[in-house]
Amino acid sequence: MTIWIEVAVKTLALLLMIPLAALALGYSELKIMAHMQSRVGPMEAGKFHGWAQLIADGLKFIQKEDVIPEAADRSVFALAPVLSLISAFLVFAVVPFGSGQRFWFFNLDIGLFYALAVSAISVLGVLMAGWSSANKYSLMGGLRAAAQLMAYELPLVLAAVAVVIQAGTMSLVGIVEAQANFSILGIPVPYVVPQFAGFVIFVIASVAELSRTPFDMPMAESELITGPLTEYTGFRFLFFFMAEYAGMFALSAIAATIYLGGYWLPGVPDNIAPAVGPVALVAKTGLIAFFLIWIRSTYPRLREDQLQKFAWKVLIPISLVNILVTSIAVVFVSDVQG
Amino acid sequence: MSNQQVVQVIIFGIAAALIIFGGIRVVTAQNIVRAALYLVLTLAATAGLFVLLLAEFIAAVQILIYVGAVVVILLFGIMLTRAPIGLTPDLDNESARIWGLVAGLVFLGVVTFVLWRHFASVPALELSAPDSGANEALGRSLLVDWVAPFEAVSMVLLSALIGALAMARKD
Repeated sequence: MTIWIEVAVKTLALLLMIPLAALALGYSELKIMAHMQSRVGPMEAGKFHGWAQLIADGLKFIQKEDVIPEAADRSVFALAPVLSLISAFLVFAVVPFGSGQRFWFFNLDIGLFYALAVSAISVLGVLMAGWSSANKYSLMGGLRAAAQLMAYELPLVLAAVAVVIQAGTMSLVGIVEAQANFSILGIPVPYVVPQFAGFVIFVIASVAELSRTPFDMPMAESELITGPLTEYTGFRFLFFFMAEYAGMFALSAIAATIYLGGYWLPGVPDNIAPAVGPVALVAKTGLIAFFLIWIRSTYPRLREDQLQKFAWKVLIPISLVNILVTSIAVVFVSDVQG
Repeated sequence: MSNQQVVQVIIFGIAAALIIFGGIRVVTAQNIVRAALYLVLTLAATAGLFVLLLAEFIAAVQILIYVGAVVVILLFGIMLTRAPIGLTPDLDNESARIWGLVAGLVFLGVVTFVLWRHFASVPALELSAPDSGANEALGRSLLVDWVAPFEAVSMVLLSALIGALAMARKD
């Protein structure tokens, strides 16, 4: 019976994590971007630095009338935001927040691969939204999103492959443990050092997968009036909003886990490690998320052809070379040691 | 039957029902995009069957390749050319129905015959706790035992890719 209680508690925690992650990241983005642009951002809601702004926004969204366009395909239109949210939710399930069974939902043998596979489902949600809205801007945005997500899925997976080769496992917990045992010249370092090229590719491809500036051609407010989301209002829009920020948190957490050592910190004694683990992971995730926000407020939007060229002619070749170099190095090192 | 087997049979039933429902709707849906979306349901439920066989890696591949890529490219192609919302009556071909039924029944017959003839005497696999070496075993059989056929298949795919590029070139 206890296993069912454990599953129920963990499911509840996962369900709570999506809105929490969306709130935290959404608010950070409002504030950080405001300060980067010499503004103050929200200051009124909830008195202290506008901390309740997004809660107010969320409540407002829920009260809005549920508008579905007359010509839309109603059931596909309704299903699209749910699919996006499910995709983000499924990624969360494999992120390990600490060492030990309590800190993860399940430790799949193929954790990293599973995370990349289920995050690919989100493309479908965007395409469905774009088509079913019966709006040419939406359709155009949906098509752009599909082309972009397919192009950047490859470098994302290929960059992760190099990490898998180095760690010798696809399990996220296993990758963290491999990093805990990894050192260069006696200094313990996470995989971001040997896999720096892969890390850069992974982060760039993540930005593209999340359709964030400078890769926001599918949304492109000034030309496509936010593309596939044009016709969405109220709680359906809220679903997309949550999926976007939860997806950002999830991908940042995956990047933090496979490149920055996840819940592991060097030199932490075993007796306090369970308490430090989740904090370390959230801090590292926040670091990457901050970087994504920084990029967003720094770079202008890429053109569609530049975006495709960049994926196929720059990122994919580099990530293939990265795999080759990593495999050679891994075989070489294991030969020297053994 | 043990409790575990009961759970397995129930999950198999759900997955199989979803696959059959999705499959039927793919051919009966009167809208091409919806048909493609029902195909997603069928393919995703197939991943469920792989999970049931403790082949979680294959299940993830099924999701990544079929749901995340193949159907997306399919939808992309449909939407790029012509994808009206609502019913498309010309998708419905009255005279094709009877032949579709015949083809379906023939296929069912062939598959049943082959399965019954060759696998009826094979004892059912005993599914136990997940084998942590499943991925290694898969990798070994693909890249060590069966490396020649594996490479041959990748050559076929590569030449198909180059052929497609050559045909699409304008100059």
